[in-house]
Amino acid sequence: MITNRREMLAGRLIVLVAIAYTLVPLLSMFLAALHPQGTAPRGFEWPADPQWGNFRDAFNSANMAALLKSSLIIEAAVVPVSVLIATMAGFALGQLRVAGHKVIFVVMLLGLTMPFEVVITPLYYRMRDLGLLDTRWAIILPLIALFMSFGVFWMRAHFLNLPDEFSEAALVDGASTWQTFRYVHLPLARPAMATLAILYFVWTWNQFILALVMVNDPERRTMAGALGYFQSQWGIDVVLLSAGSLVILTPTLIVFLIFQRQFVAALLQGAIKG
Amino acid sequence: MCAARVYAPGRAHPSKHQAMLPKARLLSSLRLRARRAGLGGWVYVVPALAVYGWLVLGSLGTALQYSLYHWDGVGESEWAGFDNYIEVFRNDELLGAILHSFVLIGFYCVIPVSCGLVMAAVIHGGRQRSLGTWARTILFVPQLIPLVASGIAWKWMFATTGPVNQFLRAVGLGSITRAWLADYDLALPAVGLIGVWCLLGFCTLLLLTCMTRIDPTLYEAARIDGAGPVREFFAVTLPGLRNQIAVCVTVTIILSMASFDIVFVATGGGPGTQTMVPGVQIYRRAFTYHEVGLASAYGIVLMALVLLLILPIQRLSRTGGR
Repeated sequence: MITNRREMLAGRLIVLVAIAYTLVPLLSMFLAALHPQGTAPRGFEWPADPQWGNFRDAFNSANMAALLKSSLIIEAAVVPVSVLIATMAGFALGQLRVAGHKVIFVVMLLGLTMPFEVVITPLYYRMRDLGLLDTRWAIILPLIALFMSFGVFWMRAHFLNLPDEFSEAALVDGASTWQTFRYVHLPLARPAMATLAILYFVWTWNQFILALVMVNDPERRTMAGALGYFQSQWGIDVVLLSAGSLVILTPTLIVFLIFQRQFVAALLQGAIKG
Repeated sequence: MCAARVYAPGRAHPSKHQAMLPKARLLSSLRLRARRAGLGGWVYVVPALAVYGWLVLGSLGTALQYSLYHWDGVGESEWAGFDNYIEVFRNDELLGAILHSFVLIGFYCVIPVSCGLVMAAVIHGGRQRSLGTWARTILFVPQLIPLVASGIAWKWMFATTGPVNQFLRAVGLGSITRAWLADYDLALPAVGLIGVWCLLGFCTLLLLTCMTRIDPTLYEAARIDGAGPVREFFAVTLPGLRNQIAVCVTVTIILSMASFDIVFVATGGGPGTQTMVPGVQIYRRAFTYHEVGLASAYGIVLMALVLLLILPIQRLSRTGGR
């Protein structure tokens, strides 16, 4: 490709501006977090005496260890179950093509376009009637259900793209449907399932409105939900709030930097596929 | 989270393998069909359908039912007919929130998609490998951060003593500094800019990924024909990305209509109701004012609006695409 000098400079400038736009809010939050507690930082500036202890204080006063545990419990309940159920359904719709698979698929698609807020009220009363309010179940069960549309959509696309020969070969060998699924398709679907798991993980970690509505105790919420609680507690203390936010978003950032390629691929394919 | 719910149009993949099946395999393929016709496979869909039917479709049905009653969530409910729906279209606050979400489409959808296109073209066209790699990593970060944290970060950015005003003073624009999120006219655009921050990277990277799949010979041909970068963009890049642009537009429209986290954290809908959006309104009506029926009717109207906006885009992209 031939690119001239002026174009290159202009292009570089645009990208640099976008990078700055992305980084400045995060950096300014970081700088604010280093100021002495109770003071009001004045804009984007390196503090005279950086208070690294703020992160520790935020970690302790937010009881972050308990929050991490709570989030991980919710993740452990939501992610594997959702991925497995979605994979089975995707197999039935994309490979077996059970009777009525088109209708089921369209009904499932409806959930993809639905804003969470539309069902949040009925979900609340449903969980109340089951006596599950203020427990993690009230986040776990609705999340599995709300994630189902996307998961089925995603796994069905995987199974549709798979040639029929795999199932045929298994059939010739006398395998039952279950054996075909368990020993042929499940191993083949591993990459698609891993991607789905990454997406579910991030979406659960960052889930806010369900945590806000269903659970009052921040120690039984998701990470984002807990952060919402601190915002209402420490609203005025920019320093502590910034430190707390950074502590909460660090785990996903670290996981991201380690699995960067898979992450980007996952979140983008999530939109491209289909 | 931003891409919490990613939507993509369900384009069916015609299986080439079926068409090219060798004759020897025909028999087993027929047996496969026979198995497909059976109901045994339903076992595999039942768990997904059960949980989805119970909590999503069931809740949608319940929302429809609630929307026809006056109910405070505790006492007896009272038949309301279409009163709640009439109230949705009469109440200035509720209508205003929907209008705000239309304004937000400009910020969540139009700006990220158009700027994303330009930036993807720049990164793709330029030879700046290292810059491109850096850009990919950094631009993606807002996608991973809880929207709540983004809201907190930007609340500080826009504060009276925050970095935005500091920057304006430094470049001699001290006269226009203000508490941006508390400004009657500028709070909504300020909230919109937070949305741009969250979605710009997502749109850029999505479009960039698809751009790399466009046949490079098309670009060479355009250059040989004397097309500059702008002509090349409109003649080659844009048509090649038609479907992906539709995906970006669909996802971001849903996100702008369903926005909640950022507004709830950054402004709470204020000042007054200047940044009130449907999501926050539903939350308030249902859980603060206990107007369950009205909140449900409002939700149903919101969903209908989303579908109305999205279905034409799907049709456009499908007839225009392959």
